[in-house]
Amino acid sequence: MKILVAVKRVIDYNAKVRVKADNSDVDLSNTKMAINPFCEIAVEEAVRLKEAGSAQEVVAVSVGPKACQEQIRAALALGADRGIQVETDDNLESLNVAKLLAQVVRDEQPDLIIMGKQAIDSDNNQTGQMLSALLNMPQGTFASEINLQEGEVQVIREIDGGLQTLGLTLPAIITTDLRLNEPRYASLPNIMKAKRKPLAVVTPETLGVELKQHSKLLKVTPPAERSAGILVSSVDELIEKLKNQAKVI
Amino acid sequence: MAILIIAEHDNCTLKGATLNTVTAAAQMGQDLHLLVAGSNCQNVADEAASVEGISKVLLADNSVYAHHLAENTAQLISQLGTAYSHILAPATSNGKNILPRVAALLDVGQISDITAVESADTFQRPIYAGNAIATLQSLDNIKVITVRGTAFEAASTGNDAPIENVDLQIESNLSSFVSEEIAQSDRPELTAAKVVISGGRGMGNSESFTLLEQVADKLGGAVGASRAAVDAGFVPNDIQVGQTGKIVAPDLYIAVGISGAIQHLAGMKDSKIIVAINKDEEAPIFSVADYGLVADLFEAVPELEQKL
Repeated sequence: MKILVAVKRVIDYNAKVRVKADNSDVDLSNTKMAINPFCEIAVEEAVRLKEAGSAQEVVAVSVGPKACQEQIRAALALGADRGIQVETDDNLESLNVAKLLAQVVRDEQPDLIIMGKQAIDSDNNQTGQMLSALLNMPQGTFASEINLQEGEVQVIREIDGGLQTLGLTLPAIITTDLRLNEPRYASLPNIMKAKRKPLAVVTPETLGVELKQHSKLLKVTPPAERSAGILVSSVDELIEKLKNQAKVI
Repeated sequence: MAILIIAEHDNCTLKGATLNTVTAAAQMGQDLHLLVAGSNCQNVADEAASVEGISKVLLADNSVYAHHLAENTAQLISQLGTAYSHILAPATSNGKNILPRVAALLDVGQISDITAVESADTFQRPIYAGNAIATLQSLDNIKVITVRGTAFEAASTGNDAPIENVDLQIESNLSSFVSEEIAQSDRPELTAAKVVISGGRGMGNSESFTLLEQVADKLGGAVGASRAAVDAGFVPNDIQVGQTGKIVAPDLYIAVGISGAIQHLAGMKDSKIIVAINKDEEAPIFSVADYGLVADLFEAVPELEQKL
């Protein structure tokens, strides 16, 4: 079995988000970047399936500028075998990313595609579902457990109010939720080894994919600030304030 | 052209998130159709017909839609959707699962999780865990949108719209339903509750969440948790409040033993009144709380429960 994982370069989980003064976008200059946490979970799951003997090869793909090779190398250091970068300097919308990934899938013919349920920058939660539609494949979104069976994969999904188990025919697309696994830290020898693993670079043109703009970003503003209130000294005072001042109980 | 709204339901009752989505839709256009796709769901269609502002209910009642499998339902919606200017669904786990698939089938983009409507094609949505608000203009002829329920009032009921049957049976055979475990609770649903009390890593273990449940029951509220509490295995993920979990905006939000990581604040900072109980007075949660109490939660929460 061959597994394709998609990884996105995003702002680091702990970095502070600043909006540009001209409200054109978020300012990412001099900001620490990292692999999207949900994508990291996807890589970890694929590597575990390989370690368990269920998969033979794990290919990590990223769509983005040259700098996203860092995140592909991070995936290789976690245990992926080789990387593919779809090089573009444009900040692509989900459907365009899905179209590029669909062409990579057609070329690579993986049996399973694992990706994050959402990226922590755009918070869209779209690409996996869109890719499934473009390839007419089944989708197992928000997965908290994956069980491979003969010709099928069972996915336990996090849904509102509980869990749902679906059976999907292969090839299938799975998007990860938080509890699927806890990604390992890459060891120094594995980080060194990752530098020598193969990394191919393709472009939207060489993939033959035509991209289209679906929306226009008009402005980006900081959210309404919430100011700190007061400290109360006792539970009694808290109840009194909630009753008589805030009037919420 | 009319607007198609996808009803959220469990084949028995119409879920409240649908009503908030109808309010958002009414800010984009006049002629609103509500699609109920499910199995043995006539009751849901009857409820849908009572929603104010709806001019027609479409009922696709077929066993292939029983479990809202994305492969079948997205095909149905995309086939119906070509006749509409907008397709809207609540940003629930079901809406998030199905709607992007619809968008790709129609070769249009999706605008996720909108919190405000500026015009029929321009919308606001939070990005970067709510640390920035983007204003986006859709360039597509069919606008596919998910709606954050807490950002819009619920539409009222009392209408009597006609119900039209949709006779389309679409089955992909790509996916099959195996089982479902839905937690049974007498408490209100997290995203619809007027009061939410959430616990964080400071709770220490899953047993101490009983303390929060007791307060929730006194106030008729729901219990939530931070990602740290979920990661530590204290509680299941479906009660996680935050960027990667549920977005809530109750009248009263009580954060107990929660430090206030950005990703948690993204899920609750639109609450009307925020109370923080934490023994660490430096915890960032105090910077957004209307009322802060620096105290040991294991003393303060039982006292609170007793005195309410």
